[in-house]
Amino acid sequence: MDESKPLFVQIAEMVEDQIVDGTLREEDKAPSTNEIAAFARINPATAAKGVNMLVDKGILYKRRGIGMFVAPGAREQVLGERKAAFADTYVAPLIAEARKLGLTADDVTQLIAERAAHTS
Amino acid sequence: MDSVIQVRDLTKTYKNTTALDGIDFDIERNTIYGLLGRNGAGKTTAMSILTAQNFATAGSVRVFGEDPYENPRVLSRMCFVRESQKYPDEATARSAFRSAAMFFPNWDQAFCDRLIDEFQVPMKTIIKKLSRGQLSAVGVIIGLASRAEITFFDEPYLGLDAVARQIFYDRLLEDYAEHPRTIILSSHLIDEISHLIERVLVIDKGRIIMDQSAEEARERATNVVGDAEAVESLVAGREVLHREGLGRVASVTFLGTLTEEERRAVEASGLELAPVPLQQLIVRLTQHQNTSETEGALR
Repeated sequence: MDESKPLFVQIAEMVEDQIVDGTLREEDKAPSTNEIAAFARINPATAAKGVNMLVDKGILYKRRGIGMFVAPGAREQVLGERKAAFADTYVAPLIAEARKLGLTADDVTQLIAERAAHTS
Repeated sequence: MDSVIQVRDLTKTYKNTTALDGIDFDIERNTIYGLLGRNGAGKTTAMSILTAQNFATAGSVRVFGEDPYENPRVLSRMCFVRESQKYPDEATARSAFRSAAMFFPNWDQAFCDRLIDEFQVPMKTIIKKLSRGQLSAVGVIIGLASRAEITFFDEPYLGLDAVARQIFYDRLLEDYAEHPRTIILSSHLIDEISHLIERVLVIDKGRIIMDQSAEEARERATNVVGDAEAVESLVAGREVLHREGLGRVASVTFLGTLTEEERRAVEASGLELAPVPLQQLIVRLTQHQNTSETEGALR
């Protein structure tokens, strides 16, 4: 796991990943805090904090006595947030490293195009 | 706050040494604590007094609101698994589990049987002849299956290999999730337990030097790496816990965190910031405590 982020944030992102890749679909029951705690081998209170963060963001919602469910529109919301953060999270470090190596923006664009053609 | 243990101004002195120097702390209900610190810091003394196996020199201890000393109402609700647990001479694991089953009201025999199986404890051998790891497993099983409202594990892992320790951590978390209770885990393997614990208590030389949530502890210090000059200008005026250098690169651990704005500026200037893992933090804090004391004494 990425230790630069608090554990509960990593837990929230783990659940979001499952929503993005379709493992968890809208209106699916989300894993319980105890299931998450056992899976990630962490204190259940930390898992609960991660889940509550997703509830606050409106990505999960609670059905009393049953558990947490993926909210309608959750995937769109997560995708939107991730796209908004993409430049900061991925492009900024890419440019910083490219500068160190003396690569221009054009060089980087070309590398991206080549690699994308290769992997698609 | 719903606390099950309250310790006030607790002091324990042996002939010439002060094991506990007027400490205060509360233990909250249904929380997993890490009780951490160096050997001889006072952890075992504190746990022994809380479980009425030792006397306080001064100060007060309340468990479930009562004095635990010779108090069966309180003692049957607590389980203390010590590293150097003594068993009767002729005791086997089977007889030890049988006694525990009679003593602890919440004992779960099915859970005990499952753990015996997983830890592969020989039941008929007398305990004296068990290996160090098997002996530790007997203690761990009693600690888990007793499901006491407060359970102390004092370095329960001696001789347990990595696989057995993982079984212990997994079963502890699993059972805690189903049957919430207060767990106090004393360990030197801080990295192994840092994700299990919700709160951290650190004792150093008979004093509490840290009492906070694991989440807060994570924010307590920051490490910065990069060009020595830039690093030094960043940490100027901050309390530095540790410094290391390699040529023109410096790595400095300082108390506190940066604001989001400071963080962005620092990262843009090419310095790398990282949180300090709990184990490192405690090592640095206990070392720092010692050096600032010596410096103080020299002045």
